[in-house]
Amino acid sequence: MSKFKKKKSGELPAISTASLPDIVFMLLFFFMVATTMRETTLLVENKLPYADQVEKLDKKDLVMYIYAGKPSPRFQSKYGTESRIQLNDKFADLKDIAPFIRAERASKREELVPLLITALKVDKDANMGLVSDIKQELRKENALKINYTTKKGDVSQNRN
Amino acid sequence: MAKRAAPEVNAGSMADIAFLLLIFFLVTTTIETDTGISRKLPPMEQNDEDVIIKQKNIFTVLINGKDQLLVEDELMELKDLRKAAVEFLDNGGGTGDDACSYCKGKHSPSSSDNPDKAVISLKNERETTYSTYISVQNELVAAYNQLRNRRAQELYGISFDEMQADYDDVNWVGNKTKLKERIEKIKTEYPQKLSEVQ
Repeated sequence: MSKFKKKKSGELPAISTASLPDIVFMLLFFFMVATTMRETTLLVENKLPYADQVEKLDKKDLVMYIYAGKPSPRFQSKYGTESRIQLNDKFADLKDIAPFIRAERASKREELVPLLITALKVDKDANMGLVSDIKQELRKENALKINYTTKKGDVSQNRN
Repeated sequence: MAKRAAPEVNAGSMADIAFLLLIFFLVTTTIETDTGISRKLPPMEQNDEDVIIKQKNIFTVLINGKDQLLVEDELMELKDLRKAAVEFLDNGGGTGDDACSYCKGKHSPSSSDNPDKAVISLKNERETTYSTYISVQNELVAAYNQLRNRRAQELYGISFDEMQADYDDVNWVGNKTKLKERIEKIKTEYPQKLSEVQ
């Protein structure tokens, strides 16, 4: 009687991979939700200094970024090694800051304009002359809330 | 004619597609939020009236082009700055109306009257490197935070940092208006008066 056939013994059944896509999709959704895309490509060197008395900068849509630092090696032949400002995707001069702030403000809803913060992402080897000039421009435009973006760490790491 | 069963779509490559997307998002992800020291710039308006501040209420910090610190006309190392700033702010040398009941400093008459009067003046040169400037800013903010934490601990048994974290935390259960009042009280007792010389 072969109604109850004995199972073949010894052969391992193949592991089902049918749930693999589900697992991968789960991971995929996690990263999709957690992702914030880099909006600008950096043209300048941007090693941020360290500080430990920091505040978090949430609400990324209310932040205007100003980058400053030495041009990256591939731009040094064209722009030299003196620290430069970068706004959006291109190098800028001091006089470009005011139009940049105005454009950023125009793109936001009116009630959000007073909440805008300017984040200064300045390379740690830049000198203060440039930073003071930027601050002066921001004062002229009445963009008074600023944030010196830093990495979290002890200040002694700034030495080298 | 017998009905044919619709052939099943082969889903074997689904995992590959999902992996491709996954790797793309893995590469472009930056999860961490930016952190930094927040400051407020003084407005541009010209006011001609000079505010007269007594010399003893000013704590001058000068950073020169070689990144050396000159604090109250004396050379100082960065690591000593926080302590010096705390001593200055917390001195409480005032008498009468200017007296500071909560200060724990030396009450020296040659240093600041009270934290409300005390001003830290920071001056830098154009050649100063940004990292030194940030270090100094950080130490000065740390001095204020240290005093605020101490005061909050005395009054409410909780540090100022925790109070602020609670205030920002949406899940925190408690009276937020009261907490806000407490935070404001600490802030008025130790106001951050940091002026930058242009």
